[in-house]
Amino acid sequence: MSAVVAYGLAGAGLVAVGLYALVVHEHLLRKILAINVVGNGVFLVIVAAAQRGPGVPDPVPHAMVLTGIVVAVSATALALALAVRVRDATGQPRLAVPADGTAEPSAGRPDGAAR
Amino acid sequence: MSGLADLVVLPWVVAVPLAGAVLAFVLRRHASTVGQAVALASAVTGLALAFQVATAGAQRHAVGGWGAPLGIDLYADGLSALMVAMTSIVGLGVSVYGASYFVGTQGAAEHQRAYFWPLWLLLWTALNALFVTADVFNAYVTLELLGLSAVALVALAATPAALTGAMRYLLVGLLGSLLYLLGVGLLYAAAATLDVQQLAAAPLPAGAGAVAIGVITAGLVLKTALFPFHFWLPPAHASAPAPVSAVLSALVVKASFYLLMRFWFYVAPELALAAISQLLGLLGAVAVVWGGLRALTAERLKLVVAYSTVAQIGYLFLVFPLALGQADGFTGWGGAVLLVLAHATAKAAMFLSVGAILKAAAHDGVSGIDGTAQALPVTLFAFALAGVSLIGLPPTGGFVAKWLLLNAALATGQWWWALVLIAGSLLAAAYTFRVLAHAFTRLPGDPPPCRCARGLEWSALSLAVAALVLGFVASEVLELLRVGAPVTGPVLLERVR
Repeated sequence: MSAVVAYGLAGAGLVAVGLYALVVHEHLLRKILAINVVGNGVFLVIVAAAQRGPGVPDPVPHAMVLTGIVVAVSATALALALAVRVRDATGQPRLAVPADGTAEPSAGRPDGAAR
Repeated sequence: MSGLADLVVLPWVVAVPLAGAVLAFVLRRHASTVGQAVALASAVTGLALAFQVATAGAQRHAVGGWGAPLGIDLYADGLSALMVAMTSIVGLGVSVYGASYFVGTQGAAEHQRAYFWPLWLLLWTALNALFVTADVFNAYVTLELLGLSAVALVALAATPAALTGAMRYLLVGLLGSLLYLLGVGLLYAAAATLDVQQLAAAPLPAGAGAVAIGVITAGLVLKTALFPFHFWLPPAHASAPAPVSAVLSALVVKASFYLLMRFWFYVAPELALAAISQLLGLLGAVAVVWGGLRALTAERLKLVVAYSTVAQIGYLFLVFPLALGQADGFTGWGGAVLLVLAHATAKAAMFLSVGAILKAAAHDGVSGIDGTAQALPVTLFAFALAGVSLIGLPPTGGFVAKWLLLNAALATGQWWWALVLIAGSLLAAAYTFRVLAHAFTRLPGDPPPCRCARGLEWSALSLAVAALVLGFVASEVLELLRVGAPVTGPVLLERVR
């Protein structure tokens, strides 16, 4: 198995792991981490695909991944800020909201997260 | 003829709102004034582009003079021009409304007003950039810009429901964009170009191309909220401030749908199997019925309108079975694009009038608006007019759009889609009249005085009238759509054969 194929498969594996974690974990921090794992998997696949045949790799996918990393950093910053606001407003760092859409801030913090 | 045909309008549809967003952020105290002025300028620029494409044909502009494949080109054909024009008209209405909606000088109101304008103009920038970009990777950047500014706008409401809705919206949006990026990476590996026209010129390799387009479709379907991926849309759209809800439902979901049309009709029509078209159409049909039923049973007024969006998005996906790979597909193509425009104006009008109603209503339940027709006659007229277009009654834009889709279904021998169209119209009528029945319930005593700003009432009515006018200018719109259209054929106004 060539290195390129190994990188590509590893990237696909990261995407799968990240997707799984995004679905099964409730805690927002874990969901944000899962999205970042998916992102890194995508970047790995794209970089691996840049090496076409022997010689110098194609620079365009590298530029794409650099842009993607910048986007991922800013998106993660927004997601973290929003997660803090969700926890402050609802008392819990999860997405669960009562069906009528009026979440009451609960006194206890079941996850034990400190402010 | 010199004049407009020689002017370079294309880059300005992106540059004007972007400069305005920066200016509104820096001049925070005057954000509302700056925002309204820039909104007017952006709308004029966008409509000028549509006029230029209609008179002088498709426009292409190499940013910085580099040119594809090295540089990132801007390109506007009839479809792009119509999308930019739609953004201009809805954006102008929402901006007038926003100026009257975010009032107050202290605390949360001041905060909302200061941040609404830069974020909304940034969202406008992202929409225009997405509609005119000729580069599929640049489309990823604009998708992310669109998603991040939309999430921040939802979170402006700062209620627990809005923050949770925004968080879910962000996670789904990021996943959708990452899948799109993965697809673009695979597409580049297969075709060695990112330019839409270069991609369209050569057929994609069957295996690698199919995987790339499949991943792109998955990401975009998630972002367009096609059933069963609609779960994130109602909480986000129903909990945002009213002008934001209007923009999200009218424009933002159309952006990812626009990209789906670009990929399936321009880049890879040769990959379209009948099974894929029928599957996308089937999911759309389920969305029409499911969204309609949920809108009919929803307790809160804004959820009724949000589920109506789920249903209307379903209609749009009928473009795949009705136009993709069909000879004379232009009837279905034109019907779907007209429906995008009709839904944008009507749904924006509906969310704006609901926002005005809720400012006067007892509570946000559907039964809480009893008697509001006495207090807010103009707003209720706007709501009803928008509802008429959503149902698809003549002579509105919604009627012409559904009529074309109906004819396309019969002309291509796919009668089952005609049943979906009729069922969806009945459901739309039911949920619209359910709201109107409550609004026109007379309360005892004198009607309460109108407590609503004129800007709120008349901007909503203007957009509802725009949905109506669309029905009268449909032939001009379809003529513009022919510029660079991927399908040909006559517009079938009645069933042939």
